[in-house]
Amino acid sequence: MQPFAYRKVRDVAAAVDHGAREPNTVFLAGGTDLVQLLQDGIARPDGVVDIGDLPFASIASTIDGFRIGALARLSEVADHPQVRARLPAVAAALDETASPMVRNMATIGGNLLQRTRCLYFRDGVSPCEKRDPGTGCGARRGRDVQAALFGASEACVATDPSDLAVALVALDAEALVVGPSGERSIPIERLHRLPGETPWIETDLAPGEVISAVFVPRDAAGRAQAYTKLRHRASFEWPLVSACVSLAVVDGIIEDARVALGGVAHKPWRAEPAERLLIGRTLDAALAREAGEAATEGARPVAGNAAKIPLLARVVARALADAGGLP
Amino acid sequence: MTIVGSAVSRVDGPAKVTGTAVYAADFALADLAHAALVQATVPRGRIHTIHTAEAEAAPGVRAVLTHENTRPLPWAPRDPRPGVDPKAGERLHVLQTDEVFYNGQPVALVVAETYEQACHGALALQFEIERDEGSAVDPEAVEPEAPDDQQSSMGDLDAAMRDAVHSVDVTYTTPGHSSAPMEPHASIADWDGDRLTLRGSYQMLKFNRNELADSLGIDPSNVRILSPYVGGGFGSKLGIAPEAVAAALAARQLGRPVSVAMSRPQVFETTMRRSETRQRVRLAAGGDGRLTGIGHEALVSSLPGEAFSEPVTQATPFMYRGDNRTTGLRIARVNRTCAGSVRAPGEAVGVTAFENAMDEMAEKAGLDPVAFRKINIPAEDPSQHIPFSSHKLAEALDEGARAFGWDKRRAEPRSVRDGEWLVGMGMASAFRVNMVVEAEARVRLNPDGTAEVETDMTDIGTGSYAVLSQIACEMLGLPADRVTTRLGDTELPPGSGSGGSFGASSSGTAVFLACEEIRGRIAEALGCAEGDLTLKDGVAVAGNRATPLAEVLGGRCLEAEGHVEPGETSSAVRQATYGAYFAEVAVNAVTGETRVRRMLGAFAAGRILNRKTARSQFLGGMTWGIGMALTEALLHDPRHGQIVNHDLAEYHVAVNADVPQIDVLLLDERDDWSNPMQTKGLGELGVCGAAAAVTNALYNATGVRVRDYPATLDKVLAGGL
Ligand SMILES: Cc1cc2nc3c(=O)[nH]c(=O)nc-3n(C[C@H](O)[C@H](O)[C@H](O)COP(=O)(O)OP(=O)(O)OC[C@H]3O[C@@H](n4cnc5c(N)ncnc54)[C@H](O)[C@@H]3O)c2cc1C
Ligand code: SF4
Repeated sequence: MQPFAYRKVRDVAAAVDHGAREPNTVFLAGGTDLVQLLQDGIARPDGVVDIGDLPFASIASTIDGFRIGALARLSEVADHPQVRARLPAVAAALDETASPMVRNMATIGGNLLQRTRCLYFRDGVSPCEKRDPGTGCGARRGRDVQAALFGASEACVATDPSDLAVALVALDAEALVVGPSGERSIPIERLHRLPGETPWIETDLAPGEVISAVFVPRDAAGRAQAYTKLRHRASFEWPLVSACVSLAVVDGIIEDARVALGGVAHKPWRAEPAERLLIGRTLDAALAREAGEAATEGARPVAGNAAKIPLLARVVARALADAGGLP
Repeated sequence: MTIVGSAVSRVDGPAKVTGTAVYAADFALADLAHAALVQATVPRGRIHTIHTAEAEAAPGVRAVLTHENTRPLPWAPRDPRPGVDPKAGERLHVLQTDEVFYNGQPVALVVAETYEQACHGALALQFEIERDEGSAVDPEAVEPEAPDDQQSSMGDLDAAMRDAVHSVDVTYTTPGHSSAPMEPHASIADWDGDRLTLRGSYQMLKFNRNELADSLGIDPSNVRILSPYVGGGFGSKLGIAPEAVAAALAARQLGRPVSVAMSRPQVFETTMRRSETRQRVRLAAGGDGRLTGIGHEALVSSLPGEAFSEPVTQATPFMYRGDNRTTGLRIARVNRTCAGSVRAPGEAVGVTAFENAMDEMAEKAGLDPVAFRKINIPAEDPSQHIPFSSHKLAEALDEGARAFGWDKRRAEPRSVRDGEWLVGMGMASAFRVNMVVEAEARVRLNPDGTAEVETDMTDIGTGSYAVLSQIACEMLGLPADRVTTRLGDTELPPGSGSGGSFGASSSGTAVFLACEEIRGRIAEALGCAEGDLTLKDGVAVAGNRATPLAEVLGGRCLEAEGHVEPGETSSAVRQATYGAYFAEVAVNAVTGETRVRRMLGAFAAGRILNRKTARSQFLGGMTWGIGMALTEALLHDPRHGQIVNHDLAEYHVAVNADVPQIDVLLLDERDDWSNPMQTKGLGELGVCGAAAAVTNALYNATGVRVRDYPATLDKVLAGGL
């Protein structure tokens, strides 16, 4: 662990100020990811700003949607009656996340910004363009089933590991952000970037910007939705592949569809070919399978991760069947 | 016997759950320095420059030890090495050479005031290592060795295969495994002049003391090892690991005690792994399903020069009948983490693949898998033509099948559906060789009616404290709170150590013999035969005379040492343990996910000393079987050979959600050949084929045979689900 300055802040302005003015400073929330990265010498900040006391922990249902504080614990959100009743895909994604112990510590904001599980990034020594720019990518020709199928670059094939982010993209949620130039909102879909030539730049957040909450539009609660995750063991594992679908169904016809995929790209990946296929049709088992196949269009395997492609087709079909209440 | 055999709780349980049991890295010594190992990042090569300045200047750092500044060690390995000690080679030759033999090898040690400072210093250390392009990291890509003493053949298997009415010729592969004990390896070395005390986490202290002494070139009498509690070992702590030697070197160099605790990845990378295997199994049978031929040939890997190789075919010579038999083992030399013993070396993977092939044969022969196994149980060891010491496979199969409800299984694969889940049942037999090794123990009966048991035996979570106390209680007629058992200290009489399932039988027999001698002396004092003596609640009863023990002892202690050595019986009979596993699994027809719904094991392992700790061993073994069947696999980078999934987030041992209700039946058995207690070993029997019951059930559920372990969902789907 590299020595760093630790500060605990009481108000948002101070957090933003530290983050914006002091280079190489990171925010600490529940610490379940950041502390590990510090211990392993992968994160080497000069300053750590503890934002745990900021007033960002509430969960509220408002007239236009749900506002889930960035410091709310995953377990609180998963157990919240409104979330369970109205946003079942969010509850399911959280239920499938980590273990009860981790969920009691981990926060919503931290979950969205947790860093990749790429084995070569995490080992602290392999070449890694994300961890140590200029060293090249250890994973691309290595062995990591987690590597991306979509949107990867020569520089980086890492995937975003968050379950929650996938559900939030399918529900068209936004991140509410406070920063040096005031407040703004970013669609979760645009919060993470593709790696491109600069895999170390992972999000759209500017220095000093803090996520205060996640906002899910009320419309999301009216949509048929499901989150499905596949992994090797029955629990306590990031997604091998996952899918969240949300469908606006009117008189049996799918008017709008959002299909987001987890474990396959540097961000939750919108399966647009599957969405296009679904819109205007009536969901049945055959269509679900067809859409599952469509979701794999354009998948480019690397590093021994081709096994995920058939799983992807299945997980999308499964999520669609669950969302549509099909047997 | 009333105390022996009952389900007594661990005497050390309260200390463990209240945190007062002290494990290796937790000893708080005055002036203790902390150190971190630094590892190589190439599979083979030479270190030519180490830049230590930055690390040396880091806060709190007191020393950076590398091969350049570490005292040269004489390194005279003991010859021959004890059979249970796999680490014959260069692995303990820590900080002595610029040569790198595997990726992850410790090449430096950074010593600092705190653990955090040591880790920080370690990050600052820069190496220039020249990679030797001749390194081999893929066992399939090198020409393996085929040592003569590892090949054996009788009859004519090829002819048997040709003439067979039914035959199976299949290849199964199993991946590498890590023992991943809960407590990472750690050592605190403390010198007092020429005497070294090492607080470590080890399984076999009398050997560990010699290993450490050999590595340092000092006399074993100058080494004391303390391992009062060990948080799991599963083979990885049979021999000492590099951190022990490094701690000793550093402590000597700095003149103060030094602690070296491994990180979780270091446990994966620098201790040992179970070799991956490729196993070809051939079976030949007549029209009635009786086996006429058996072939079992395996490819395993290890580091160049290492003596140990995974004994995949260890149980094959005596499992089933058949006059024509071939077994063979080939060893690929690769620059990967050293291969060594991981719980049930040999049988864990060997019996598993073999029992899968047996399932394939049962189907071909049109026989129920249980019935097929029963008709192939040999009357004597079919390879050596010697009798079995005791053999209750048939009973285990029958009782297990009955308790499990095996008769409800549908032989036709894919014939039971529960919603979108395909449900099936599978079974496998369990086999494991039984061993008794040399062990000594001391028992002291005090005038106040208490007794002490002392041996350097270890308790690696298995329950040694409990069973050794029980034996003394039983023999001396004392209640549990009057007996204290002291373990894990090389100053005590050398026990067996914990390994190869021999601990309870061997160290237990030593305690038994010591108690017997004490009983003999009491009988002598009372003028009766030992057999006529009853000791109960601190009173000695001989004939119709009851004398308080205190009176018999007359203010003196009675002390005796018990000593057991394997005798003639080990070669006159075949000693082994047997069992049968049954599993019901459900496989999701859409996603390929496999969930074990219930599992049962029936085991015959001689007299059971403690039904509770014995059951726990079997539960643990079968849990390992579930992990082995479905999720566990070490993954090596194809170019650099490092273990890429080196922690518990990515190396997928079974978690609670993977493990259903498991039932354990303990059969009543006495083995008159094994030892006076008639016990056999059972710590490993629970994992010797358990995975095959799961994958055989997977086949029965789906019609898909996954022959490449673990049977992950992608492979199940690829099999045509
Ligand atoms: C063993 C284990 C298993 C896990 N399994 C899963 C899983 O299956 N699925 C899954 O999705 N996750 C899983 N996780 C990840 C876990 O969900 C995340 O570690 C956790 O959500 C991070 O939240 P935190 O509050 O602890 O964040 P921290 O560790 O405190 O921070 C993480 C990152 O987010 C930044 N950050 C935090 N809050 C804010 C904010 N409000 N504004 C700006 N930046 C912020 C920090 O600077 C840091 O970079 C697992 C974690 C562990 C340890
Ligand atoms: S995939 Fe990305 S994170 Fe992983 S090693 Fe390559 S550059 Fe690093």
